[in-house]
Amino acid sequence: MKNCEYQQIDPRALSVSPSSAQNHTEKKAQRPRRKWEVFPGKNRFFCDGRIILARQSGVLPLTLGLIVVTCGLFFAFDCPFLVEHLTVFIPVIGGVLFVFVVISLLRTSFTDPGILPRATPDEAADIEKQIDTSGSSTYRPPPRTKEILINQQVVKLKYCFTCKMFRPPRTSHCSLCDNCVERFDHHCPWVGNCVGKRNYRFFYSFIISLSFLTSFIFGCVITHITLLIDDMVMLSCLDSSLCTVVELVICFFSIWSILGLSGFHTYLVASNLTTNEDIKGSWSSKRGAEDSGNPYSYNSIMTNCCVTLCGPMPPSLIDRRGLLPPDEATPAASASDIELPLFAAKNDTHMVG
Amino acid sequence: MHSASLANKVFIQRDYSEGTTCKFQTKFPSELESRIERTLFEDTVKTLNNYYAEAEKIGGQSYLEGCLACATAYLIFLCMETRYEKVLKKIAKYIQEQNEKIYAPRGLLITDPIERGMRVIEISIYEDRGSSGSSSGSSSVSGSTAR
Repeated sequence: MKNCEYQQIDPRALSVSPSSAQNHTEKKAQRPRRKWEVFPGKNRFFCDGRIILARQSGVLPLTLGLIVVTCGLFFAFDCPFLVEHLTVFIPVIGGVLFVFVVISLLRTSFTDPGILPRATPDEAADIEKQIDTSGSSTYRPPPRTKEILINQQVVKLKYCFTCKMFRPPRTSHCSLCDNCVERFDHHCPWVGNCVGKRNYRFFYSFIISLSFLTSFIFGCVITHITLLIDDMVMLSCLDSSLCTVVELVICFFSIWSILGLSGFHTYLVASNLTTNEDIKGSWSSKRGAEDSGNPYSYNSIMTNCCVTLCGPMPPSLIDRRGLLPPDEATPAASASDIELPLFAAKNDTHMVG
Repeated sequence: MHSASLANKVFIQRDYSEGTTCKFQTKFPSELESRIERTLFEDTVKTLNNYYAEAEKIGGQSYLEGCLACATAYLIFLCMETRYEKVLKKIAKYIQEQNEKIYAPRGLLITDPIERGMRVIEISIYEDRGSSGSSSGSSSVSGSTAR
């Protein structure tokens, strides 16, 4: 073992800037910026980086509007009648469901779905060096796939030209957000964000609670109309029954799609699949019956459900609120702070640019 | 304050043989052969792998955390630190310790994988500005200078 003839290097001095060629004397008089301001993907950030959304918020306002309007009409016009005739728990249950739906929806929309930060230039160069073994000077684009074994099954990893890395298994690049997202399920325009590893459980609880809410309102509205017809007063209060009919129409059309979606995602959760894999048929038995099962499944419905919905919550990898070093324009290695809770009290020492 | 310049970077890639759980390859890279003993390096990577396995372990406690979170409409994540975050703090401390005790004396620096999107463990190799770049010492002393 050769002796290293080096003097001890103080790690704290090194962690400030890896390339000590940059001199610290040239401090520009600009306020320190946060990493979200130079984020390369197509995302929008609010509250100084605490909230992340896709570039096109899609129909999120429409989704929120439909839910709020329908529930508003329900509480205003159906609840007084039903409280009189049935029970006081009806608005209570409705209120609880409504709050749950809105919170899940906002969590799904505003949470980082599991975005992978792009490779640093050093990493990208290292990967290209590993692949380019011929040593020729002409630039050859790296091969697009790498095969690895997962649980004794061959899985192909693709190279992402935008993010300059081999995508981990189950990761996919969303063209709308221009990011690689871990355990990519789909990009949902209703929610205005990608659905991936970190917000799948919020998305699932959103659609399940929305199914319950829609069915509940539908049931109440049917009961209301039935009781009105019994009482033969429908014609005299046309306004309120018109609102009830509006709710009926909205619920009727949304209930089929929401229930269908919930059923589909329940199937996906139970078999530990993503929408992306299901649509592409990655694990279907098209190559033959021997080894075409899903290598990520635990082969037990209960375990799959628990792992997907109640598994540990991974942290956000993109460190939106970290500060950039003052004299670099691109995000570099700096002390990262563990992601702050989403709506923590504002510690406003820097203005939003 | 000693001057040192960055000579090279080595990237330890992820090991996906057991699925998508976070685990790094323990293969010893050839660039580090002259810098650090193989056993020390493997110990570091194995300890890191154990920490990540502990963070991602599915069992009673993680289910309890998940169900409690669901019951509170996930608002509990705003006030409570998740187990994963607690383990990440332990990992950061461990890496800093390892850097101070073992890697810095040998002119190396480990970057926490969380700063690289958990894709790689980046090990930076530093050269002392005074020397000619490659360790050409022929002595076979195996003890390390500072521990």
